[in-house]
Order: sequence, then C-alpha cells, then structure tokens
Amino acid sequence: MEERAVAETTQTLRSAGVTRSKKKTSQLKEIWRRYRKNKAAVLGLVILVFILGIALFADLIVPYSKCIEQVGADRLQGPSLAHFFGTDEYGRDLFARVVHGSRFSLFIGVATSLMALVFGAILGASAGYFGGVVDNVICRIIDVFACVPPILLSLAVVAALGTNLRNLIIAITVSCIPGNVRLIRSLVLTVAEQDYVEAARSYGTSTPRILFRYVLPNAMGPIIVNTTMSISDMILSAAGLSFIGMGIQPPSPEWGALLSNAQTYLFTAPYMLVFPGIFIILSSLAFNLVGDGLTDALDPKLKD
Amino acid sequence: MTKYVIKRILYMIPVLLGVAFLVFTILSLTPGDPGSIILGITAKPEDIAALNAEFGYDKPFLIRFFNYIGDIIFHFSLGTSYQSRGPVMADIMSRFPNTLTLAVLSMAVSSIIGISLGILSAVRQYSVLDHVCVVVALIFASIPGFWFGLMLLLLFALKLGWLPSFGASSLKHFILPTLTVSLTSAAGLLRLTRSAMLETIRQEYIRTAKAKGASEKRIIWKHALRNALLPVVTTLGGGFGASLGGAIIAETVFAMPGMGTLITTAIRQKDIPMVMGATLFLAVLFSFVILLVDVLYAFIDPRIKAKYQNGGKSRG
Repeated sequence: MEERAVAETTQTLRSAGVTRSKKKTSQLKEIWRRYRKNKAAVLGLVILVFILGIALFADLIVPYSKCIEQVGADRLQGPSLAHFFGTDEYGRDLFARVVHGSRFSLFIGVATSLMALVFGAILGASAGYFGGVVDNVICRIIDVFACVPPILLSLAVVAALGTNLRNLIIAITVSCIPGNVRLIRSLVLTVAEQDYVEAARSYGTSTPRILFRYVLPNAMGPIIVNTTMSISDMILSAAGLSFIGMGIQPPSPEWGALLSNAQTYLFTAPYMLVFPGIFIILSSLAFNLVGDGLTDALDPKLKD
Repeated sequence: MTKYVIKRILYMIPVLLGVAFLVFTILSLTPGDPGSIILGITAKPEDIAALNAEFGYDKPFLIRFFNYIGDIIFHFSLGTSYQSRGPVMADIMSRFPNTLTLAVLSMAVSSIIGISLGILSAVRQYSVLDHVCVVVALIFASIPGFWFGLMLLLLFALKLGWLPSFGASSLKHFILPTLTVSLTSAAGLLRLTRSAMLETIRQEYIRTAKAKGASEKRIIWKHALRNALLPVVTTLGGGFGASLGGAIIAETVFAMPGMGTLITTAIRQKDIPMVMGATLFLAVLFSFVILLVDVLYAFIDPRIKAKYQNGGKSRG
C-alpha cells in the first residue's frame, strides 16, 4: 500500500519534471545536444570563438606597437603581403589596428549588455513581482525613457559627459535599459502567475527564495537569449556612435572610428572600409546566430 | 473606445513633461556655464556673469527648467543657441524636414519589404525563397547601417555615377540614404513578421479553418494575416524610432543637412541649448508616433475594443 503511494508520488513528480536527479545534472548537456543540431548556431559559435580568440591573443598575433607605428613611405597602401589590410594615411598598419580594435567592440558589447541586464533585472523583477506602487513608479519612469529614441538618449548622455570609452558605455547602457526592464517585468509577471509559484508561496517560502529559486530560473531562457542578441545590437550602436565621432575617438583603433577615418579617403582608398566593416558584421552576426540557436535550445517546450 | 483614446492622450501630458525633464536634467550635467563656454575661461568674470544672466543661468535648476517649459508652451521657443545666438527653433525648422522625409520614406520602404517578404517567407516555409529571405535578413540585421551606406555610396555614386553622393536638394538625393536606413531595419521586420506568421499558422483556429475546408488563400488572408500582424503593428512605433536613429547616422554618411548632423555639430561646439532643443523636438515627435500606434492598435485589436465597448470594466 505504502509502496504504491510512493510509486505514485514519484510518478507525479516525474511527469512534472521535478525529480530525476540524473536529468538535472545533465541539463547543460541536454541544451548543448539540442544546440549542436542547429548548424547555423554552431557556425555562430565558431565565428564567436574566432573573434574572441583574436581579441584575447591580439598581442601575440601582432604587437600593439604596429598599431601606432607610422611609416611615411607606406602611406595609403592597398592590401599586400607586408600589410594584409593595407595602411592608413599615416602609414599605420590596418591589420594591426583591426586586430586590436576587436577588444573595444567585444568589451563594449558585453559590458553594456551585462550592465543593462543587471539594471533591467533589478527594476523589472521588482516591478513584476511586487506590483502595486513599485510597479507603477517603475513603469511610469520607463515610459518616459522609452519616449526618447535610443540613439538620441545616447547622444544626450555623450553631449553632457564627453566622448570617451567610459561615457560611451554609460550612454549605450542607459539607452537599452527601458527595453530590458519591460521584457524582464513581463517575464516575471508570467512566471509569478504559474501554479508552482503559488504552491511555493502557500508553503510559506520566503520572497527572495521564491524569486531566486523559482521565478528567475524559469524566466532565464528568454533573458539569456535577449542578452546575447543585445550584444550584437550594442556592437552596432557603439560602432555607429564612434563613426559619427561621438564614441571612441580616432587615434584608438576602434572599428567604428576606423570607418569614420576611412570615409575621408572613400574615393582614394576604399579598401580602408572593407576590413573593419567585415569584422563588425562578423561579430554582430556571431551573437545573432548564437542567440537564435539558444532560443530553440533553451525552450523547454521544443524538447524532443 | 473614445474613453481609451482620451485616457491615452491625457497620459501624454505627464509623459511629455517627464521627457522634457529627463532631457533637461541629462544635459544640465554638462560642466561649465554658458558664459564661460561662449567667452572662454579667460574672459572677465563680470562679462561671464552678464552673459549667464542673459541665458537665465543665474537662477536655480528647477526655476530654469520651468522657464524652459514656459518658453516652449507660450512662445514656441526652444531657447537661444550658444553658437549663432539665434533661436534654436529656426535651425531645427530648417533641418527637420530632411530628417522627417528620410525617416518616413525609410519607414515606408522597410515596412513594405519587411512585412511582405516576412509573410511570403512564412507561408512558403522551407522553400528556396524562405531560406534566401532568412539568410539575407540575418546578414542585414548584422550590418551596421552606415557601413552599408558607404558601400552604396561607393557603388552608385562613385563607380556608376547614377546618384548624387551628398546633399538633400532633390528627391534623388534621398534614394541612397533611404536604402541605407530601410534595408537594415527591413531585416528585423522580416524576421518578426515571419515568426509571428508561423506562430499564428500553428494556432488551433487555423486548424479549424483548414478542417472546415476553407481555401488556402482564405486561411492566409482572412484568418492568419490579421492575427499575425497585431504584434507587428506594436513594433511600428519602435521602428519609427529606429528609422529616426538610422537617419541621424545616415546623414553623416551622405553629408545631409538634417537633425543628426545638427546635433553632432552642436555637441562638438558645446552648443547645449541646440542639443537640448533638437533632442527634445525629436523625442516629442517620437512620443506622438507611439501614441498614434497605440491608438491604431486599439482600433484593430478586437480584444481592446471589446474591453472598452460596453463601457465596462468587465474584464479589468
């Protein structure tokens, strides 16, 4: 009799996907298995590792001194064996500049996305979970922020603080907080209504525990996907702002800044446009592909 | 329904005040006062003080803010430029039509391309057309708009010589900038429309319609499309914001006298009233577009209509 009851309970728990410790430990494996099946996503990961490798080992690939070394005789040279990507108007090697520029774009993309995620999670989760006055105040403030197009918000911040790496990161982060708050708020709202949260609450589980043990893990999938995709957007925004001269300033080999400089020599040295552009596209594409892949791999409803 | 629209319009008042406060506060963080920015720090202190008084900078922050709002409401003025010492509004009015034209054209082109290809792609899922659309959209979503613009410039203005490379004096000048802004945003719209459409096609009412024996055409046009386009409509407001943003950057590529070049020049010259006025002007425009989209959405989404139709708070 007792045995049957236990068996039944295990059965129920199993169908609810709660136990099966074996599965729990291998959840990452499970996600990886599903991710691997998507060829485009794997390609994205390969590109991502490639770009990350360049950023990490930039000094081994080509010393930084090559970025600033000005060779008067080699001004505005097209791509050759001596200079893979050609040289700029001061005779600086563009290959070295593009390689070292990867650090800026990746760092800015990841830093801004993570910062926007932290702010978005704190504000969005509080708004969604507590509701009432907290929700109202946060939402009204976000409504106001969302009325300023992101790039204008970034420009206003840059105008007030000045142009450098730190301010560029602040400017881009501020402009993408509203979207994050709204997304996380709606995710938390959906999850907080689920029966298992209700059940946890009826057991007398504390609020922080409910938030961290039940609500956040269940809202995690879309958040991870959104953050990955936003890195791609942030890389593009940062390049755009640097291109119009409102981000990283020219002597630094940031890709957008390189393109801004290349525009001056558009007619005489169009090759200067090619490589920084290709690298921006590759890194943005990599995060988009990985994000797409994660969307399917992290969705428990698509489990097969 | 009218009730919803009125409510939504009334809500604009605090939001717009909030937007003005936000922009004013951010730009008030700029170090330096108008006197020392215009005359330089070597100028006589009394001259600087006199100029500060002229700009109303001798008053506290909140008073300055309310004066600014008062000037906008009663005099339709956005303040005085540090650089030209003329009204900010005059510069905005001469530049704004270019930016608006570019943003509206881009919005139209990207909606037409993005939505129609998105629908086609979803309806013929896994066809060659679908695969091409998905891949091209993905690549375009990863291309910085300004880089694509530079490539267009190289090809059509330099190599082929078909189109002008800078300025805004004729409609011809708008072709390349419009392509620049619209093709990158069409990519996002295509992806969104496609997934919304695929989602809708999987719904039960579509299966019911199929079971009933409704024709493929009728199912797509009558049942799927109207439902799939709802989430697409909600993103049109944000899409306009993105077009404005794209236009601001594209103006730099094509040396077009618009709001973007106005703002970036003003930032370089530390012309804070100009930055403030131009930013606020575009933000207010954007707020009205969002309002318009919200109202439009209420009209086409029967759920919102039903909620307000019977004067009822029946369904919260």
